[in-house]
Amino acid sequence: MDFGFSEEQNLLREQVRRFMADELPSSTVRALARGEDAVRRGALWQQAAELGWLALIVPERFGGVGLKWIDLAVVLEECGRALCPLPVLSAAQAAAAIARCGNEDQRRAWLGRIASGDAVFGIGLYDEPNWIDPQGVRLAGGELLTGTKPFVQDGIPSTHLLLATRTGDALALAIVATAEVELTAQPAVDGTKPTAKAVLNAVRPLDTLPISVADLDFLTDCGAVGVTLEAIGAAEAVLELTSEYAKTRIQFDNPIGKYQGVKHRLADMFVDIESFKSLAYYAAWAVDDAVDELPRAASLAKAYASDAFARIGIDGVGLHGAIGYTAEYDAQLYLKRSKWVRSAFGDADFHYRRVAALG
Amino acid sequence: MDFDYTPSEQAFRNEVREFLAENLPPPKERGRGFLAGWLSKVRAKGWVGFSWPKEYGGGEGSLTEQAILKEEMALHRAPPLGTSFMGLAWVGPGIMQYGTDEQKQRFIPDILDSKVNWCTGYSEPNHGSDLAAIETKAERIGDHYVVNGQKIWTTGAPWADWIILLTRTQFDVERKHDGITCLLVPMDAPGVEVRPIENMAGERNFAEVFFTDVQVPVENRLGEEGKGWQVTISALANERSSIGEVTQMFARLDSLKALVKATRRQGRPAADDPAVQRRIGEFEAKIAAMKYNGLRYLTKQLRGEPLSSETSVNKLHRASLEIEMADFAVELTGMAGVQLGGDDAADGGSWARSSLGWPGVVIGGGTPNIQRNIIAERILGLPKD
Repeated sequence: MDFGFSEEQNLLREQVRRFMADELPSSTVRALARGEDAVRRGALWQQAAELGWLALIVPERFGGVGLKWIDLAVVLEECGRALCPLPVLSAAQAAAAIARCGNEDQRRAWLGRIASGDAVFGIGLYDEPNWIDPQGVRLAGGELLTGTKPFVQDGIPSTHLLLATRTGDALALAIVATAEVELTAQPAVDGTKPTAKAVLNAVRPLDTLPISVADLDFLTDCGAVGVTLEAIGAAEAVLELTSEYAKTRIQFDNPIGKYQGVKHRLADMFVDIESFKSLAYYAAWAVDDAVDELPRAASLAKAYASDAFARIGIDGVGLHGAIGYTAEYDAQLYLKRSKWVRSAFGDADFHYRRVAALG
Repeated sequence: MDFDYTPSEQAFRNEVREFLAENLPPPKERGRGFLAGWLSKVRAKGWVGFSWPKEYGGGEGSLTEQAILKEEMALHRAPPLGTSFMGLAWVGPGIMQYGTDEQKQRFIPDILDSKVNWCTGYSEPNHGSDLAAIETKAERIGDHYVVNGQKIWTTGAPWADWIILLTRTQFDVERKHDGITCLLVPMDAPGVEVRPIENMAGERNFAEVFFTDVQVPVENRLGEEGKGWQVTISALANERSSIGEVTQMFARLDSLKALVKATRRQGRPAADDPAVQRRIGEFEAKIAAMKYNGLRYLTKQLRGEPLSSETSVNKLHRASLEIEMADFAVELTGMAGVQLGGDDAADGGSWARSSLGWPGVVIGGGTPNIQRNIIAERILGLPKD
């Protein structure tokens, strides 16, 4: 019985955290979120690849490190803390999809390129904005794809897109070259999690991977778990920022953190973060080691985090007072992330009711 | 990270299961003599005081074995391992840590053998959450302390044999935490008077306890004079891990799910109501969070890392579940939910009774707002209020 991270995992966390502190301060995050500084973005992506983060869950025989989602967990958590705009999670999801659903040729073709950072994937699963269900996949499959994928995560910038399609009841994942698709960036609340609308006009997929409903669920669950892992770091950053402010901001002759209206809210934040952290770690472990338990574990974690982080995002701004409302102050960046987190891969209502339906 | 148990831990779990299969009949078949037999059997196994050192008659089980034992006992809805909950939870550990050899020999075996019931004299009419401000006076006269004052909300006092009593031996102190002295007092000592208080569920579990010139021999002092606050703090820190508690909560969730399945609202199955589904999911998430929080904290302990005040996290969850699950069940079942008994009461009125019984869990041992203060001050480093 050991529900904690190993020394290697802790070292990896330290490495990622140092990298984020050195290379991705808030000023850089903001610039990248505005779509500026493509050169620096490319350099950072290359560094992330060289550090092995993109290869983490790719099997060794395809040029990866051959580790698990619970190892990736520490990377995603630290990415979330820094609000890192690089599509590390989308890369992991693409790798997980191809490793699980691709044939041997497809794995050989793509996994090494994901691990090296050469292939940068955007992902579009559901066409409906809030329907996590095979019926929420609408883009028609086939040899040539024509239609629209409205919510492609990390589509810009990317080299390839992984798009879910449907032919009757048959589902598939199509890999297409981004250059062959008309992609339009959509103005988003959280610029660190950009979405784009893809319009396809007789685009021939480079590869097509038939998938089952269980596969689609698995990829959704990986997304839900990944988003929640990032939310842990982000929520902890809010709590730290707000606690520090509460210790130093003097009103009515006292630090405001002395007042229970403030300190109790901060304590409740801690309770919630501890809790969805525990749920998310278990879910991340289940991805590789107890996949039968993944649907329940992923839903419990994502449901809890969706609501809790949304409140934390709001209160992180609110407890600061007017300064929290300013563009200059970082609290607002986390509020924006919390809005995206809530909707990505199913909100609290969807996941709580899914848990109930599991019996 | 792994959730497997070692072969010896697995063997221990099997041993517990085999014991329960042999010695724990279903509730309806448990006759009059069952409890006494049960207590002596678990005592013979060394499972009472399972975390305590062998030299004091404990079982010296590892942290993981303790968790397994609690989990299995809760899973099989076994009765407690001893009759003195407080004796096992903190009086015994406090005596082992601070007591004299004579006190250990005198008190520990009786706790393990369920011969003596303890209650805890902490709260006073004017000092509950602000416990360190207590005023019950103990004056040293020769080889005795003479105690005068009043305790209140003393759970178990109506049937307890002994009380672990916080008194003040010094009033002119700079810090209120100084000058407190811990005494062990028999409830039948002259001058001790118990007046039970009826709670909102109609039970008389707690009481006012009055002390009038009660003579307590100096050898009944636990720890040094004036250092009673440390005794209290470290005794309370001995509180059990929450593993067994989580198993109980999962069992209650199963009962609640069964109740939902058996209930119709407005002529339709309650299980089809999205709002009901969502509440069930929320309860499960909190209980699962308690489980995995508990396992993370257990892992910390197993690795020898100090635990801060993280256990307050699960106490807060437990408190809100205690209130909300019963409240939800009562509302879910309409007029059948507000009956305490009779033919039509939902689940025989058990949820209605829970809806009146939560303060015992939620307020005893530190209110939710006290837990929030603990987290804010000790973990987040916010200023004391």
